[in-house]
Amino acid sequence: MKLIQLSKNKILYLLIILVIILIPQNNFSDDSLNVNNISKNLRCLICQGQSVYDSNSDFALSMKIFIQEKIEAGLTENEIYDLLIKKYGQWISYDPGYSKTTFLLWFIPLLFFLFGGAIIYFKIYNSKKNFKK
Amino acid sequence: MCLQYLIKQKKIIFSLILLVILLISFFIFNKALKNENVYFPKLNDNKDYYIEDFSLPELFTNEKLSIKQLLEKKDFSIVNIWASWCVPCEKENSFLISLSNFDNLQIIGVNYKDRNKNAKSFLNKFGNPFNYNLVDANGTTSIILGAYGVPETFLINKNKKILLKIIGPINNNHLNEINSIIKK
Amino acid sequence: MISQIGFISLFLGLSFSLLIFLFSLLDVNNNLVRIDKKILKLIFFQFCSVIFAFSFLIFAFLVSDFSNETVYNNSHSTKPLFYKITGVWGNHEGSLLLWLLVLTSFVLFFAIKSKNEPKNFRLHTILFHQIITIGFFIFVLKTSSPFNLIFPVPSEGLGLNPILQDPALGIHPPILYVGYVGTSIVFASALSAMINGYVNNEWAKNLKFWTFLSWIFLTGGILLGSIWAYYELGWGGFWFWDPVENISLMPWLSLTALLHCVVTLEKRNILKNWTIILSLITFMLSITGTFLVRSGILNSVHTFANDPTRGIYILIFLFVLIFISFIIFFLFENKNPEIKKEIFLLSKETSVLINNWFIIYFLTVILVGTIYPIFLDVISSEKISVGPPFYNKLILPFLLPFFLFMSIGPSMQWIKTNFKFKIKYIVYLFLTLAASLITVIFLNEKNILLYILFLALFYLAFKSLENFVIKKSNLAQSFSHLGFAMLMISILVNSFSSTEVIKNLNVGESFNLNNEKIFFKNVTTVKKNNYDSIQGLFEITNNKNETIKLKPEIRIYNQPVIATSEAAIKTTFLKDRFITINLIKDENIFNVRYQNKPFMIWIWISTLIIIFGGVFAIFDKTKKNYI
Repeated sequence: MKLIQLSKNKILYLLIILVIILIPQNNFSDDSLNVNNISKNLRCLICQGQSVYDSNSDFALSMKIFIQEKIEAGLTENEIYDLLIKKYGQWISYDPGYSKTTFLLWFIPLLFFLFGGAIIYFKIYNSKKNFKK
Repeated sequence: MCLQYLIKQKKIIFSLILLVILLISFFIFNKALKNENVYFPKLNDNKDYYIEDFSLPELFTNEKLSIKQLLEKKDFSIVNIWASWCVPCEKENSFLISLSNFDNLQIIGVNYKDRNKNAKSFLNKFGNPFNYNLVDANGTTSIILGAYGVPETFLINKNKKILLKIIGPINNNHLNEINSIIKK
Repeated sequence: MISQIGFISLFLGLSFSLLIFLFSLLDVNNNLVRIDKKILKLIFFQFCSVIFAFSFLIFAFLVSDFSNETVYNNSHSTKPLFYKITGVWGNHEGSLLLWLLVLTSFVLFFAIKSKNEPKNFRLHTILFHQIITIGFFIFVLKTSSPFNLIFPVPSEGLGLNPILQDPALGIHPPILYVGYVGTSIVFASALSAMINGYVNNEWAKNLKFWTFLSWIFLTGGILLGSIWAYYELGWGGFWFWDPVENISLMPWLSLTALLHCVVTLEKRNILKNWTIILSLITFMLSITGTFLVRSGILNSVHTFANDPTRGIYILIFLFVLIFISFIIFFLFENKNPEIKKEIFLLSKETSVLINNWFIIYFLTVILVGTIYPIFLDVISSEKISVGPPFYNKLILPFLLPFFLFMSIGPSMQWIKTNFKFKIKYIVYLFLTLAASLITVIFLNEKNILLYILFLALFYLAFKSLENFVIKKSNLAQSFSHLGFAMLMISILVNSFSSTEVIKNLNVGESFNLNNEKIFFKNVTTVKKNNYDSIQGLFEITNNKNETIKLKPEIRIYNQPVIATSEAAIKTTFLKDRFITINLIKDENIFNVRYQNKPFMIWIWISTLIIIFGGVFAIFDKTKKNYI
């Protein structure tokens, strides 16, 4: 009996080692700067429910050419967003960004998460304590 | 007894907070209903009121002109983005013509995603208020200007500062506003 | 004539509602054992009057009666028969009538199905449900009657927006509405159970049915909407984090949380308050969604015509409902005391709690993301857009622990889990490791987090597969969880290995993608009854010289004149080939968008599996409790 127990443990160790060995190296194939990726995160001002990527309006088509030109000029993704936000306002970017006016937007959901975790923790902890008495 | 009282008080306070939040959100939604929800970029949205330099070919002469040099020629310039396929532009043209006889004002057209032939026949038909007409064939220059459609109009002074930005066709109110600025 | 009868019929419906409300109120406190027959009859009449009004609207659409404003605005005499009918709910007024129809049929269904429930519980549920129904009746009659007349009578209608002329979108609203409106019974039943001190495992059995019913239809509605967006909107995505999509996802999330919770209440008689809160929230979210969509407050592709008075009406209605539930919760909370029971760390109860914890978090992210821009605009008149980058940043990192918990959770037992080490776990681990490794290598994304995500998902899939293939136990749960794991795997694979080319092409030109040659062969024009079509022919040839033909279209509808682009899709089990063409102004070339979308069909299939799980749950008669 003990022997089987031991071998089971061994198999478990073996598995853990296997998982570690098999863990792939961390190299995300770097997303090359791409008009499609950038235009997905920009809002089309003509057809206001769509992104520049989705839209076929004149504005969106010109915007795609504009982004391509900026990529060729050597701007980074964030520089392109900043440039456009400067011209058209924060509204054009689907990423609301971190600022004084948006910190609550990011913070409220995270607060809820912490709050929920705390409730569950105390629920389990308290029920245990009650029954130990 | 004491504990129960405490729990009850906690419940009341919690409910009151929730109630207040709900009431506030009611009024916010109520106000939001009355707001316009179509977005227009406002002039004070962009921190730099100044125009970036760019060069484009002229419609008739095909000569490459730099906007910076053009702007320095007169005290005030109107930059108007237009196209022959844009219906409101036809009406707007008459307003621009009425602005074309001020001494200290020049009108620079930016012909947006148009064909040369169509643009020229448009000007023949409705009249040509423009001192210069720059050809923006792929629409990227309009993006440099911070515009997103046709027609769109900017009033710019000698120092390349944008004084006024009009989205959509010019109307009489805009005309008065332009007049009051350039007559100062 | 048709319109007047329809209007009167609706008005009768409202009168029946008021009578039902009154009679139920009188019937609550008498000593009879059974519900007054009058009430049941009135419920039936109420249903009849709405279905009568609805049939009249359909009839008006069928005969193209343009003296009716709704018909005039949304129909056209040359429109195909099928779209004349679906046009009934393809607009604000008609869809609200459909909403009313579902509402009244649900209360009828409830009255029939709840025969064995306590009398006062039934009566209170009907009572609260009538409050909702009356609210909607007044809303329809006062602000959005589908039976308004126009004079003089126009000779032709304006036609239905062509992107709505689609079979999937024809049945999408009714199914979605059944999902939304089903939650009204959940809501009314929760309030009623609170008042009657009936929040226990008996009630949970009843509630479970309605929860699962709404959930099944809501899932189906969302699925249809996604499929439609995929092939109709022309850019090959199926989820855009558009506000209107978010609005359907919010009640779905809270329903999902609720159905886990209801099962816990049923088996263990715990989590009473939480079940109530979730039941109330779910319906609130449905109404909030209606408010946000119908008032035109949002900036979205889907918004209906803007009319502030409608917005204000629903807003007031929503807050009245919130306050009613608030007061009832406050007053009657003590009537349903939580039974103190020990909750063990390793138990199904804890798993359900953790599940709810994450789902509520996702719900908050979406809720805050959807309404924060509205609030900010009012408070500081600053306009921001909240889109995919926000949701990705706040949701993606939490998926990893969520999937990990989800992979172990279902293996837990009620009350307390005793883990026994078994050889088969090793087999599972090997299978999972192999599957994840193959996927990660196939995707060429050698990232450890992605690897662990796949580990958790594959483990969940295998475990669920074992449950219903070998053990044949808990079919509903294993089916839905298997579907969910498959869905997530498909979405991950799809989003990591989709490829696309966007090009301006002339006829006769070609390009390459993934060792396949795409050749633009020709363009033909076809004239149809209600649109003209420009059809491109593309030939896709692979290494082995096998050719697939795809025919994307541009349709120019005549009533109203709108050009739409119809995608051509070749679906295989491994991937979809997706192509759309668009006209470029003043030019003779076409803008061509060609995409390879792996595992697309599996996204739909796995969602269907999830739905089947829900169907099993409805028919699953529980044998065992752990109270």
